[in-house]
Amino acid sequence: MALLELDNVTIRFGGLTAVDGVSFTVQQGEILALIGPNGAGKSTLFNMVTGIYRPTSGQIRFRGMRLAGSAPHRAALCGIGRTFQNIRLFQSQSVLHNVLTGAHLRGRWGLTGALLPFLPAVQREEGRLLEHAVHCLGRVNLATKAYEAAGSLSYGEQRRLEIARALALSPALLLLDEPAAGMNPNEKQTLLEMVRAIRDSGITVLLVEHDMRFVMGISDRIVVLDHGVAIAEGVPDEVRTNPQVIAAYLGTGGDGHA
Amino acid sequence: MLIDPYIQQILVTIGIGIILAQGLNIITGLTGQLSLGHAAFMSIGAFSGALLTIKAGLPFPLVVLAGGMTAAVAAVLVGWPILRLTGDYLAICTLGFAEIVKVVFLNLDITNRAFGLTVPPPATSVPLPLTVLASALLVSLASQSIRCSRFGRALMAIRDDEIAAAAAGIDVARHKVRAFGVSAFMAGVGGCLYAHVLGYINPSDFGFLKSVDMLAMVVLGGLGSVPGAVLGAAFLGAAPELLRFMASYRMLVYGAMLVALMVFRPDGLLGGINLWDFALRRLGRTSQRTRGEN
Repeated sequence: MALLELDNVTIRFGGLTAVDGVSFTVQQGEILALIGPNGAGKSTLFNMVTGIYRPTSGQIRFRGMRLAGSAPHRAALCGIGRTFQNIRLFQSQSVLHNVLTGAHLRGRWGLTGALLPFLPAVQREEGRLLEHAVHCLGRVNLATKAYEAAGSLSYGEQRRLEIARALALSPALLLLDEPAAGMNPNEKQTLLEMVRAIRDSGITVLLVEHDMRFVMGISDRIVVLDHGVAIAEGVPDEVRTNPQVIAAYLGTGGDGHA
Repeated sequence: MLIDPYIQQILVTIGIGIILAQGLNIITGLTGQLSLGHAAFMSIGAFSGALLTIKAGLPFPLVVLAGGMTAAVAAVLVGWPILRLTGDYLAICTLGFAEIVKVVFLNLDITNRAFGLTVPPPATSVPLPLTVLASALLVSLASQSIRCSRFGRALMAIRDDEIAAAAAGIDVARHKVRAFGVSAFMAGVGGCLYAHVLGYINPSDFGFLKSVDMLAMVVLGGLGSVPGAVLGAAFLGAAPELLRFMASYRMLVYGAMLVALMVFRPDGLLGGINLWDFALRRLGRTSQRTRGEN
């Protein structure tokens, strides 16, 4: 079943067409990687799926419902969690607090609950959220760092914390924007197993990544973007040997850019 | 009252300062939206409360709540359009709003134009200073409670990173408006108490300087810190009195103290310090040490 469908999605910024008529689907339960050289439009595509940008034309459907153009928090409401390429943690807060905030949608009490914290229902909810947050931290092996400041974590840990925060909203689809960036080989291996475990728990994963070993090792399917156009799609072995993909990454003799 | 009236007056000033500072701290400290027009909400609370006492003679607790509610409603109405802005733009907008409120009150017959209103003593048997200090305590407790709640976490997430907050499913626009409403409610309560304590209010009392005073309390105490807002209000309320012996040098020294504080503690007196965490950590360390010895 198609969880996420992109149908002829195009976005222009002034005269620049960043994404040009891209169509592909993400199937329920798979790990799909989006790869391509710098500036290919991968992050822009992420930002359209999560509602930060509105496509100039084309449609994005999630579980068959139109998604394109709705406010950013709507994507989360629909069950789409994401991490960011340039880490966007709540730096001033503790690790646990970051994940608790990620679990926002699992709670109901708003201002009333804030002013009446002694109500048993409010306390039960807080307890439930806390338990869930600790569970999510455990999934990325950060439970022991719960009370440290988010900003004091190492780069790799901050990336994992972003994943925990996204998991906290119990998403159906998880978007990972360059999750392995800045990690050493050991950390990458751990991350690979972590992402597999996330997929095995029933969460569909769409990821953008530059590290080819990581991508080839983890993806069920790969979509290749170049200059905003989807030039190839298939299982890792097909993509690896596709002449167009090789040309996009290495450049061809007559083509000016590499 | 057993307390010396002079001390009592300082305590009341501090109490009202605490309420105003907690109010501003919600929107500027917790939510990260700079408001330079909070005197407007204080003014709305002061005039609506005063009019309710004068014209309707309502019981005082109701008057105070109504003063706060009027300010909150005004904040929600004005908040929808302007809270889309951030940073300097929002600050300028709130500044403009405060000027509009001032000019409107200066020209309305019901607020007695530039003559201002004389406010009769409130219809209550509870002494006013006690009401003020109790309100300051309540407002501070509410602030602390908000800070530790799901709602407060959403506000702080917006302060730290709006895009990440939205990705977590937080409706940023809505939470900003709510925070603005709560913040204005507290400012309105403070204004209403101020009107009844002073017995006379004039629209010109609630100008830009009043807004800056509030901001100074919050920044001095540490943006986002609830005990910080108390400390900031206490410091700014007491310092001019404590420095009175310096006669004409008083405000000079006061200004110099502010500059020195901001240089040496740019995050405010309690900025970056979580008293609760601090206490817990101290306890944790002690228990660890005892365990180590065993």
